[in-house]
Amino acid sequence: MIITRRTFVKAAAASGAALVLPGTAPGAPPAPVMRAVPSSGEMLPAVGLGTWITFNVGDDPVLRDECAEVIAAFFAAGGRMIDSSPMYGSSQPVIGYGLEKLGRPEALFSAEKVWTSSAADGPAQIEQSRRFWGVPRFDLVQVHNLVTWETHLETLFAMKADGRIRYVGITTSEGRRHDLFEQIMRAHPLDFVQFTYNVVDREAEERLLPLAAERGMAVIVNRPFRQGALTRQLQGETLPAWAAEIGAGTWAQFILKFILSHPSVTVAIPATTRVDHVRENVMAATGPLPDASMRDRMAAYVRDL
Amino acid sequence: MSEWWTYRLEDFLLFSPRVYWRLFELNNAASWPLHLLTLAAGLAIVLLVLGRPPGHGLWVAFILAALFAFVGWSFLWSRYAAINWAIAYVAPAFGLQALLLAIGGAARGGLAFDRRDIAGRLGLPIAVVGLVVYPLLPLLFGRPWSSAEVFGIAPDPTAIVALGVLLAASGGLVPLLFAIPLLWLLLSGLTLHAMGDPQAWLPLLAAGTTVAALALRRIAR
Repeated sequence: MIITRRTFVKAAAASGAALVLPGTAPGAPPAPVMRAVPSSGEMLPAVGLGTWITFNVGDDPVLRDECAEVIAAFFAAGGRMIDSSPMYGSSQPVIGYGLEKLGRPEALFSAEKVWTSSAADGPAQIEQSRRFWGVPRFDLVQVHNLVTWETHLETLFAMKADGRIRYVGITTSEGRRHDLFEQIMRAHPLDFVQFTYNVVDREAEERLLPLAAERGMAVIVNRPFRQGALTRQLQGETLPAWAAEIGAGTWAQFILKFILSHPSVTVAIPATTRVDHVRENVMAATGPLPDASMRDRMAAYVRDL
Repeated sequence: MSEWWTYRLEDFLLFSPRVYWRLFELNNAASWPLHLLTLAAGLAIVLLVLGRPPGHGLWVAFILAALFAFVGWSFLWSRYAAINWAIAYVAPAFGLQALLLAIGGAARGGLAFDRRDIAGRLGLPIAVVGLVVYPLLPLLFGRPWSSAEVFGIAPDPTAIVALGVLLAASGGLVPLLFAIPLLWLLLSGLTLHAMGDPQAWLPLLAAGTTVAALALRRIAR
């Protein structure tokens, strides 16, 4: 789907993904753009924190403290959603360590996944993940990569009905199984869907993003930088002068602003090990976002590099 | 795993190179000065194989068994598995290798390191790579000295020395004893390759040379 100015506004209205620029106290860093979760109206900052690879540091005390500093900077910049999975090695206990060190920040929006081929093991895995995080309950639990999705979704909807989690979702990445993903989106009342979308991986614009708006589902965008490969690839290229028009000072912000400017996107979850990068990422959700014509210009510029 | 053909080797990498090499730094700091003992044990193994004194097979097998068990527990199970859940399934293989070596060493007829054919002669330089070259790799690849991989402490040099020594071995269990070190080096080489590490070719080369030596032996028969 090509986004024109008209479809852009229409999709924004249909998705309920209201864009809110909150007021900022004098001297405080600008607050990030907030987006609504369509199923509840809850507002979330549009940039979250992914933990794939970056938080898998095992028992290394130095690296655990570095991760805690990233989490602290993320909350200080106004972030809320942290996303992880049992597949991510030690990321869950490392998040738990960071949250404990920071005194359990109230702003946290915990997004987890269930990832086991055994349907019966799902509840135990979610409980183990909860203990690692040290939270009373998860805000969101998603079926990771659609693994054993039928039975895990039954479990998650039952947990939501009991008040043991607040939202239910499904995930995929790198364009895999979009046909099945779409079928599940059509058949089940999901709160969140998560998939890959960025200035070069735009397959989701065809069906998944419009469908999420139509079905009232929040969208989490993973791999915004292609696991760092995209920013590394662009590192040697000059950021166009017109990027300043949308307040993008770096390639990372350029890419994030492109993603966040799609009206169906709720939260993008870049992962990082660096405090300066996490600040830069959240800052991408402040200031102006590109309109439809600017989005076309951005995509064309990157494509032609 | 659906759509398996869409996955690249890098998709299975769960950790960053920095975290991987810090594992060795932390393990070395925790194990020091055991390195001196394991290196001395490695030297003793080579001398026992070269000199073949009475009972050498039992000693070589037992020393290797003890070091495989130690590396499997102290590095793979206690450290590496924390960042790579798949290693929790691999670490017991090092325990199995230790068991096979101990059985091979203790069994009637046991293991003898008496083969001096072309494969047996190739074994010595392979063992020297694991024993001497591996600890020096940080200098070559610009890593901190504290991340050195030492025989009996880290899995790759332990597997490489074992393969080198086993090329000189005869005994009923010998063919079985190659499997786990070879598979480990394949896994380790692919992991390093996925990390983009310039050292990736070394474990693969050691495994490949061992397989080539075994093939040469078969052809020479």
